[in-house]
Amino acid sequence: MSVIHVDIVSATEEIYSGDANCVFAPATMGEIGVYPQHVPLISTLKPGEVRVETENGVESIYVSGGIVEVQPHTVTIFSDTAIRANDLDEAKAIEAKQRAEEAMSNAQSDQEVSTTQAALAESMAQLQMISKMRGKKR
Amino acid sequence: MAVGKEIRTQISSIQNTQKITSAMEMVAASKMKKAQDRMRASRPYSEKILKVIGHLTHAHSEFKHPYMTASGDLKRIGVIIISSDRGLCGGLNNNLFRSLLKDITVWQSDSIEIELCTIGKKATSFFKNTGLNITSVLTDLGDTPHFDDLLGVIKVMLDRYDAGELNQIMIAYNMFANTMTQVPTVKQIVPMEITEIEGMDHYWDYIYEPDAEDALTALLVRYIEALVYQGIVENMACEQSSRMIAMKSATDNAGDMVKELRLIYNKARQAAITQEISEIVGGAAAV
Repeated sequence: MSVIHVDIVSATEEIYSGDANCVFAPATMGEIGVYPQHVPLISTLKPGEVRVETENGVESIYVSGGIVEVQPHTVTIFSDTAIRANDLDEAKAIEAKQRAEEAMSNAQSDQEVSTTQAALAESMAQLQMISKMRGKKR
Repeated sequence: MAVGKEIRTQISSIQNTQKITSAMEMVAASKMKKAQDRMRASRPYSEKILKVIGHLTHAHSEFKHPYMTASGDLKRIGVIIISSDRGLCGGLNNNLFRSLLKDITVWQSDSIEIELCTIGKKATSFFKNTGLNITSVLTDLGDTPHFDDLLGVIKVMLDRYDAGELNQIMIAYNMFANTMTQVPTVKQIVPMEITEIEGMDHYWDYIYEPDAEDALTALLVRYIEALVYQGIVENMACEQSSRMIAMKSATDNAGDMVKELRLIYNKARQAAITQEISEIVGGAAAV
């Protein structure tokens, strides 16, 4: 019996890699079963169970959404590690923009700090020089 | 013995610094290992997704996604800059900024406008003084970056691209070659550069579910996020190894300084003793 190669990965780790007789994945439009020689397919996944049927039994893996790509001899499942929702992403985007604005407006005060630090370093160096010269005189 | 005391305090202060730098070296060494593991763990995802994108460029799809096709002439470039949050890691950040600034001057001479997205405190504080426009900022990632944190800054960039306000998005980060070498890298992420794969020349296309646009957008956004995430974990591995080396050389230098000062101190002490003896002898002879 022919086999199909299955890779299940998430951004932080490789979850599963091996040959299987068939794979079931929770596609957004209903569960799909993939056997070897399946036509190429790309689908989004909804949260659910991925079942990988191998000769040694069935592996069951939970995915919280993602993407599945099917090629005749390989199936690749990209599992999400982040929770996705349009409004949630939007909120994060707004947050990132706000941080940028803050950073830009704080430029003045930070510059002051760095100029003060530079001035301090300079006078420290002068003081050291003076004390060295005094030491030599003695 | 005024001179002796001065040198002694100097020696002890250098020794204190040495203790700190050697502790930092050890901390960085242990963090480096974890950062490298994380970098390796995230590689399969970006490799696999790259492979799928490769397949995708060979599919004869009727729908062409905007992320995969270049749009007209280049007017505005968005750059995502990844840096560390903390300093004391040698020239890591500055090398990256310098090589990026070179590119930026070239773009500016072609009258291309530039928008920045900075990740990490160092990039934020560096680039806000250059007068360039920063549209989004992400800092305080900690030692373990979370995917959730990145979504915001990436979305800002992609939204601007979707709206046609950016024609290209680049990413700048330090690529981890090995513990000793980090390579400042600036590369293009959108529109994607197409790679050729052999044996996929025949006519075929995917079945898309729910439809081509949604499925492709979901995939391509993940691809971009994977690239940025990979950049961040790689930059973190670079940061730790660079810090380890910087702290090691600082510890070594402190050791050299202590050695030198101790020599001076001993000489001064000996000279003082000799002088005292000769004074006593001279005094005794006079009596």
